[in-house]
Amino acid sequence: MNSVVASITYRAVLGRKRVWLLALLPISLIAIALLFRIIGGGDESVTVTLMSTFAIGTMLPLLGLIAGTGVIAPEIEDGTIIHLLSKPISRPVIAATKYLVAASLMVGFSVIPTYIAAYILIGTESGIASGFALGALFAGIAYAAVFFLLGVVSRHAVTIGVIYALVWEGLIGGYVPGARRFSIQQWAQSIADQVTTSAFMKAEVALSFAVPAMVIVVVGSVIWAGQRLRVLSLTGDE
Amino acid sequence: MSMIEIRQVSRWYGNVVAVNDVTMTIGPGVTGLLGPNGAGKSTLLHLMAGFLQPSGGTATLDAKPIWKNHDIYRTIGLVPEKEGVYGFLTGWQFVQSSARLHGLGDDAARRAIAQVDMADAQDRRIETYSKGMRQRIKVAGALVHEPAVLLLDEPFNGMDPRQRLHLMDLVRDLGAAGKTIVFSSHILEEVERVAQQIEVMVAGRHAASGDYREIRRRMTDRPHLFRVRSSDDRRLAAALIADTASGGVSLTSEGLEVRTVDFRRFTHQLPKLARDLDVRLWQVSPTDEDLESVFSYLSGRS
Repeated sequence: MNSVVASITYRAVLGRKRVWLLALLPISLIAIALLFRIIGGGDESVTVTLMSTFAIGTMLPLLGLIAGTGVIAPEIEDGTIIHLLSKPISRPVIAATKYLVAASLMVGFSVIPTYIAAYILIGTESGIASGFALGALFAGIAYAAVFFLLGVVSRHAVTIGVIYALVWEGLIGGYVPGARRFSIQQWAQSIADQVTTSAFMKAEVALSFAVPAMVIVVVGSVIWAGQRLRVLSLTGDE
Repeated sequence: MSMIEIRQVSRWYGNVVAVNDVTMTIGPGVTGLLGPNGAGKSTLLHLMAGFLQPSGGTATLDAKPIWKNHDIYRTIGLVPEKEGVYGFLTGWQFVQSSARLHGLGDDAARRAIAQVDMADAQDRRIETYSKGMRQRIKVAGALVHEPAVLLLDEPFNGMDPRQRLHLMDLVRDLGAAGKTIVFSSHILEEVERVAQQIEVMVAGRHAASGDYREIRRRMTDRPHLFRVRSSDDRRLAAALIADTASGGVSLTSEGLEVRTVDFRRFTHQLPKLARDLDVRLWQVSPTDEDLESVFSYLSGRS
């Protein structure tokens, strides 16, 4: 963990208009929750559906993509990362620091808004708010790690990320039950299911699979990204 | 005192060879990497800076490998060509962050900013800087830890004349102080003003090496090719071929093509001969004076 790397990364990601990219979805989520609350539609089943489909199913992967790639990919693209890499700091440390920034952004822009939205709808009933917040925490950390790695290894990180989120998790995961085992979203549902007692909540992947899988994904991605950063080649304009 | 050693280094991208079997040793003082665009200067500099892996050969700094070795950055300061600076930082924040990344305090940052004469503009955001100012703040960022080696990629590009002279003085002074400095440029005048040692790159190859007198000599003491048009080409040709200054004369539809072996003598003799023969000269033009041909000549010989 290097504080200079972290502060520059925070400023690069949150600076000026960039922050709206991250803030837009959580603001919408809370706005929808408020709307349901005002029109009185906030029952348990609506809450669970909103949380599963919007908070976990849509917002989380998109924010993971924005935060995970955002902490590193633009800097590699425009060469500004040389400023950090041409210093006597081990590259895996730079990678880990940048990943932690991305993970912290997930907490701020995804986990907390998820809790707030669920709380607005049904308070602490059935442990739904805390269950989904915990699910969002774990899944957010995992998404950030996967997309962070993608941002280091590929110049097309955003495209690949969107395809993963939409096609694999959204489409294939919807029809092929086996694919759900390898879906971060489903792992989040499993964790949420552990905490909430709501009958509307049903997880498909066993916790005994989801948790180790998540740990492997996070640790593996960050280590791999660090190694890739060690051999990052910057070519001239020639 | 630091030495960069490049031994039989090649670097290729797919089928394209950017640097081809280059061997050079660079010690204290200012070394200029001279060559036309696309000659591999930038690639070579990146190989020295640890941002490219040699496809073949070895690149070392004080006998330690450069590639995959972040400890070399204690010794190296790097000024990349791309405007790769965080525009949202002020000049001060940029140099201060550089100092902190080296584990140094604000004093080092202040000193480096003073060195490039940027104290007045240090509180403005870098995105408001001119290209020359960006270049200087990058140099300050590279100098915070007083590195023994400074690598600069096309450092004088886009600078106004005053800034250019200032940076040239700074580079020269650092070189005189015993630092090992390498910079790339495609402008011969720039290189000969600053560098004691010149390494010429052409088409990925190390074409020539020496101080600027040596390089100049090799560029001027060579067969020149002139195109001469006159009122009587044939008569002039006969007189020219009789003179020791020319090595060959051919008659073409566009006039005479004269290959000179003694450049100075040729420039003296041509007007004299023309006057004596009563031939009117319409055109005398060197056909190969552009930088490319000078470089290709240099590469052809070594």
